[in-house]
Amino acid sequence: MRERITGAEALIRSLEAEGVDLVFGYPGGAILPVYDRLYDHNDKLQHVLVRHEQGAIHAAQGYARATNRPGVVIVTSGPGAANVITGLSDALMDSTPVVVISGQVGARFLGSDAFQETDVVGITQPITKWALQVRRAEDIPAAVARAFYLARTGRPGPVVLDIAKDAQLGELEWHYEPLRFIRSYNPRPVVSPADLVAAAEMLNSAQRPLILAGHGVMISGAEAELAELAEKAGIPVATTLLGLSVMPSDHPLNKGMLGMHGNIGPNFLTNQADVILAVGIRFDDRVTGDTDFYAKNSRIIHIDIDASEFNRNVKVAKTIHADAQDALRQLIPLVDSSRHDNWTERFDICNSIEADYVKSRELNHGGLLTMGEVIDAVSREVDHDAVLVTDVGQNQMMAARYFSFTRPRSIITSGGLGTMGFGLPAAIGAKMAEPGRTVCYFGGDGGFQMTIQELGTIMQYGTAVKMIVLNNNFLGNVRQWQELFFNSRFSQTPMVNPDFCAIASAYGIKSRRVEHREELADAVAEMIAFDGPFLLDVLVDETDKVFPMIPAGGHLENIMLDKDTHFVYPDNRQNNQQ
Amino acid sequence: MTPATHQQLFTITVYSEHCVGLLNQVSIIFTRRCLNIEDVSASRTTLEGVHRLTITVWSDRETMEKVVAQIEKRIDVLRAFLYTDDDIIYQEIALYKVDTRKLIDEQYLENIIRHHGARVLDITPDFTVIEKSGQPWETEALLDQLRPYDVRQFVRSGRVCVTKSSVEVLDRYLDEQQIRRHKIENNK
Repeated sequence: MRERITGAEALIRSLEAEGVDLVFGYPGGAILPVYDRLYDHNDKLQHVLVRHEQGAIHAAQGYARATNRPGVVIVTSGPGAANVITGLSDALMDSTPVVVISGQVGARFLGSDAFQETDVVGITQPITKWALQVRRAEDIPAAVARAFYLARTGRPGPVVLDIAKDAQLGELEWHYEPLRFIRSYNPRPVVSPADLVAAAEMLNSAQRPLILAGHGVMISGAEAELAELAEKAGIPVATTLLGLSVMPSDHPLNKGMLGMHGNIGPNFLTNQADVILAVGIRFDDRVTGDTDFYAKNSRIIHIDIDASEFNRNVKVAKTIHADAQDALRQLIPLVDSSRHDNWTERFDICNSIEADYVKSRELNHGGLLTMGEVIDAVSREVDHDAVLVTDVGQNQMMAARYFSFTRPRSIITSGGLGTMGFGLPAAIGAKMAEPGRTVCYFGGDGGFQMTIQELGTIMQYGTAVKMIVLNNNFLGNVRQWQELFFNSRFSQTPMVNPDFCAIASAYGIKSRRVEHREELADAVAEMIAFDGPFLLDVLVDETDKVFPMIPAGGHLENIMLDKDTHFVYPDNRQNNQQ
Repeated sequence: MTPATHQQLFTITVYSEHCVGLLNQVSIIFTRRCLNIEDVSASRTTLEGVHRLTITVWSDRETMEKVVAQIEKRIDVLRAFLYTDDDIIYQEIALYKVDTRKLIDEQYLENIIRHHGARVLDITPDFTVIEKSGQPWETEALLDQLRPYDVRQFVRSGRVCVTKSSVEVLDRYLDEQQIRRHKIENNK
């Protein structure tokens, strides 16, 4: 006979059956039966008590992005559930597997505006992959199995289980079976050989081919296949922000990052490519600029696991509905060994102009410290081997530009939603997932304060996150737009900040403030060498701006090198002079 | 908003699992794009557990193709299809509640009903209910003729349709899923 247990106990056992050993959460009335059972499972299932539910979901996202396994969040009903909304939306945009379990008032109170009742399924349906309310204890194991299956397979995403209190308290006969099939959902489409042959023919006949690699490559673990294909066919690779670490930064075919603040080579030359192989990217507007002028000389092959992304933002010539690794693995034998040296060299020409004009200014600034040189110093100190977690804004774009990567799965940042406050809790989750790796968080003084309460979580668990606050006493990215596009009218961007080191020390976290260039190297070395969490509060130049820049909705050829100068490809420059 | 010239009436059929919140999952996809649904009907199908929505909306093809892709992406949706009027046979039902006392004196009433292919569903001393199935312009035409008799209520069911295609795509899809299921279970 099967054992009779409560729904709350079944929930915990179901999580354990799915291999969960760490959850992030915050207790409250409607989830108390679960927390009561958790008390007896401490040995196998660790619970991290955050300081705000938003911190729980961002930490779970950080955990998920570092490991490719679902991050799990447990919160109470009403405000508890409402506080994870931002993270759900973020996780959906950035294809992050997260399972949120929210308590709900008793089934008979539903719809009565009971204390701490909110319509969780109704609110979360537009921003989750799937959401379900569970009202009966016997439905809990199957609901958990379905939640995990959906979160981690196909295009990963967030799911919500809203569990009424009666279901937690009721009893069931314990039995658990993982889910492997849903008739309305096929997470691993079979690659069509004809599609692959057609794609290979396009690539083999290309004069100026270009690979655009995105987050999908990382999610499917196709880094090796990507490199093999690029090397065999001699095709330069550009990555999206979320795809940054899919190829080592110093790989000769890695030509840099796409996007508004990406590298000049990949952005400018997108419009010269004749065939583009886009793998696991969704042609976000920050990557394409004005789509009417995007890659018009190119036939695009789009590999994606999510068929709804095909022709959504950009019209493509060939779609391959597949997991990136499946598709690339089968494409490799079909492509010819080739080199495109003249074409590849153009990227280096563009990027060397960027190095001379933009990077060297950022890294050899005379006055106050710049964000770029701080990030560069940290990256060098960790031998470019750390996990980079960023907040959103200038700190994020500078980190994406000046941090280097040697290992896959090393970039965790809020891409699609651009959630300020994401970074600090995400770094906690990443460090807990990868305790053996150095995790460096970069944030601005604005975003840092949006989830600053999670310093309490770091204190409680001794999470050894290296926190670098790029402090310019401004909301820097908005300030940059105001300076460039709104006549330097700095509306509501200057910030009066507290002493962050004093705050850190109140939490018992070691810290150091850096105001001068001479102190930087020593301070960074001290932070990395220190065995434990460390906050580095670095005063940086408020006038520092992220360049190059393609203004929102602009053309990829229209790249600002600074406020007054636009990039010109050397050939054209010569032509213009004649 | 005035409809642009390339706008036309599309019919979307959605086959889904029969579960709570399905209609909301589908309707929010329209809401997000500020698309106004003309009419919507929901019903069971002959297939076990499969439910069907029929939705009509004025829009352009590109928008509609993206909407259908988003609908199909929802986990509980089996398939969603986009049609224009050429692809389908469609019909709707209208009911008219009319004042019996005014009708009783009308010598041509029988002619009107016969002419429009309508029928009387119920007669009480107070009101009479007439039913007509047809296309919107046909039910509209009967409404115009009945107006003098004080139409107290008028309601349309919204469109139902079947495809003209000789291939039943959903059946084929479900067969394929059955094969996929066996493969997965045999791999256990």
